[in-house]
Amino acid sequence: MTKRHVTRRGVIQTGAIAGAGLALPTYLRAQESGFTNAPQGDTVTLGFNVPQTGPYADEGADELRAFELAVEHLNGEDDGGMLQTFSEKNLDGTGILGRRVEYVTGDTQTKSDAARASARSMIEKDGAIMVSGGSSSGVAVAVQALCQEAGIIFMAGLTHSNDTTGKDKRANGFRHFFNSYMSGAALAPILAAQYGEDRKAYHLTADYNWGYTTEEAIRSSTEAMGWETVAAVKTPLTQTDFSSYIAPVLQSGADVLVLNHYGGNMVNSLTNAVQFGLRQQEANGKQFEIVVPLYSELMARGAGENITGILGSQNWDWKLENELGAKYAGTNAFVQSFGEKYGFPPSQAAHTCYVQTLLYADAVTRAGSFNPCAVVEALEGFEFDGLGNGPTLYRADDHQCFKDVVVVRGKENPENEFDLVEIVEVTPVDQVTYEPDHPQFSGGSLGTCNAGA
Amino acid sequence: MTDQTQSAPAQRPAATSPDTRRRGATLGLAPRDLGLFLFVAGLTLCAPFLLNPFPADSSLAQFNAGYPDLMQRFVIFGIFAIGFNILFGLTGYLSFGHAAFLGVGSYAGVWMFKLIGMDVLPAIAASVITAGLFSVVIGYVSLRRSGIYFSILTLAFAQMCFALAYSVLTPITGGETGLQLSLSDPRILGAAASASGNIPVPSLFGVEMRETTDLRLGAWSFSLNVGYYFCAAVMLVAFYLAIRLFRSPFGMMLRAVKSNQQRLYYTGLNARPYTLGAFVISGMYAGLAGGLMVSMDPLAGAERMQWTASGEVVLMTILGGAGTLIGPVLGAGVIKYFENIFSKLNDSVLHGWFAFLPDGLENFVVAIVHPFVGKGWHLTLGLMFMAVVIFLPGGLVEGGQRLSRLFRRKSGPETRSTNDTPAE
Repeated sequence: MTKRHVTRRGVIQTGAIAGAGLALPTYLRAQESGFTNAPQGDTVTLGFNVPQTGPYADEGADELRAFELAVEHLNGEDDGGMLQTFSEKNLDGTGILGRRVEYVTGDTQTKSDAARASARSMIEKDGAIMVSGGSSSGVAVAVQALCQEAGIIFMAGLTHSNDTTGKDKRANGFRHFFNSYMSGAALAPILAAQYGEDRKAYHLTADYNWGYTTEEAIRSSTEAMGWETVAAVKTPLTQTDFSSYIAPVLQSGADVLVLNHYGGNMVNSLTNAVQFGLRQQEANGKQFEIVVPLYSELMARGAGENITGILGSQNWDWKLENELGAKYAGTNAFVQSFGEKYGFPPSQAAHTCYVQTLLYADAVTRAGSFNPCAVVEALEGFEFDGLGNGPTLYRADDHQCFKDVVVVRGKENPENEFDLVEIVEVTPVDQVTYEPDHPQFSGGSLGTCNAGA
Repeated sequence: MTDQTQSAPAQRPAATSPDTRRRGATLGLAPRDLGLFLFVAGLTLCAPFLLNPFPADSSLAQFNAGYPDLMQRFVIFGIFAIGFNILFGLTGYLSFGHAAFLGVGSYAGVWMFKLIGMDVLPAIAASVITAGLFSVVIGYVSLRRSGIYFSILTLAFAQMCFALAYSVLTPITGGETGLQLSLSDPRILGAAASASGNIPVPSLFGVEMRETTDLRLGAWSFSLNVGYYFCAAVMLVAFYLAIRLFRSPFGMMLRAVKSNQQRLYYTGLNARPYTLGAFVISGMYAGLAGGLMVSMDPLAGAERMQWTASGEVVLMTILGGAGTLIGPVLGAGVIKYFENIFSKLNDSVLHGWFAFLPDGLENFVVAIVHPFVGKGWHLTLGLMFMAVVIFLPGGLVEGGQRLSRLFRRKSGPETRSTNDTPAE
């Protein structure tokens, strides 16, 4: 060990240098503007936090494509997509408030912890003013709470659990996607019409938050019209073989199987159920049926021909405008620019993320400021059209979008791998609207908007 | 192999401890340990500056790691790894379920925020105590076996905790969403809501953990964060305690367990109280890390108890150097750096870097680099881990030692005397 001599001169010199360094102009970033991450220079940074690894990596990749497209359109590149059909005409392709849009990406890994770490690095390191994306309700709720604390806006991606705008709602968070309750309300009348009103249902439910709220929503809306719930069995999220759960279904006296599963879970459980021959069976003198409350194109692709004839609900479908007319304007514009860039039609995850980005940009423009509280005010109670879902309302009470819900069925003879589902009906928005204090959504409060330090 | 390199310098102070004590060791540390401690203290103090070596607007700013969240993670996982190393490095018991204690500590911490108030001290105390109780129970059962059976038992307990937290115990743990604060929490010793109507943030005697001062020096920008310095202070205390423990007779006993437990029993000593002691201490370190995690970011997710999280701390310890004092901290830093910085390099960033190349070549280079960054960060980390295990079995610490030996050999004869000491 060498011995260090501390001399008086040394101390004074070091002190002087350190002091000079500290005396250079220093300031708090937030103090200039009054809110977190106020854009500096001529750009504004958005954070796109999507699952790039893990069970929802496919959804994440599609979301990222949509975000890139949205940024291009906002910056005036490409054909502008839905900017032409959007009922608000504030966005003119010059970025947001004249600032060029830049973005950073992160990987949520579909884990609350990782998603929050990724979002925090976007906020603290990259100076993101808004975070969007995600493909799981757990992640959405966790990141939404983080954005509320940090004082930036969260525009939820694919999240279907009631909790996101129910008991875990936050003032700084907004959800465009539909939710479990809406799925139940949209599906119930169609299930009754297709399968009759005296059915006995057996639920298999993924054992986590989204599974619970979906089961509750489907149960209450089907029971309201006369169905009986025979049993509801929870399945572990990590389960890959559902045979042991499917086997007891027929003995239970049920004649409908409801699969409250999503992603890989749903692909596996549906495949097991179909291979078990459930759909050829008769129970209680009726044809046995299977229902999947939340459908997605990506899952349909995974399940292949097993999906044929199975009913479910969707937030949006790329064929909406073609099949149901100009009420759903915007759909074709988006599908066209997405298809031109990537060569295939977008999924509903991509659609909701694209729309959320445009809605944020528009709200900032209308508010004339990036201040989160101004943006919240601009989005609350905002009514718009031309973004593919028909007339839509961003309700002020819970920051949930209210719009029509698409009920779909697996196609008999799909022409290609992107055309796997057919639209059965569109349930109008009135039928899926609920009171803000509905029991399935009770127990939370928005709080007040937080603009950060 | 690893054993020899590490235990040689480690045993020395113990053997000469009466001597050093007579010479008046500072803080109860031998000069060599004091040097190491001061080195770590200096590093943590200057971390906000050291980790932001690139100007904020330069293209290399991508690699800056000096933002509060990541710095906090560095020291918190450092604590976790230090604690793990007390068990694994000293006794050789490879626990594959240590993340359970981290998770339990986190949940305890968040519950304190919900029930008591937003001060971090009760939360951290509760985390450490709860994790300690859990580790007594799990340790008591698991330590009846050693070797692979012990690892499997701890892994099974941890996965059980994870599965319970993820689904069955949803009312207590929040399930998949994670346990988070809400405006309707009682918080009997603090305000239920802040003045602006939001959920209050964790604080220490009123100083908010997220408070950050941005220091701008020319083109450089440094974030000085209250939470980070709080964590750093806790880590230094934890590190100091670990040094004392390594050099204590208790630590000696633990090393004896590692080298030959059978022989220990033949001499009439019961090793189990010692191993249980080490297990509980390292469990409490994990709980401390969990408590700090929620103090920085008040949400506890079940994923932090998953076996991958337990595996991560094993990787950290081995990557840095098992059985060494500073190794686990280094390993934790490297892994967290990869997870947070490399995973954010996407294709558009790569295209930005290689834009100077002709188009075809640019795409080619990007295609080559692509699998190793962004979502491929695991691959890069895995390759690095393999390289370390194959070429540096003693971890990064061994790498450092080899480098310094190389350096000293070159710098001539006057250093020969210092070179002799470690070979003793």
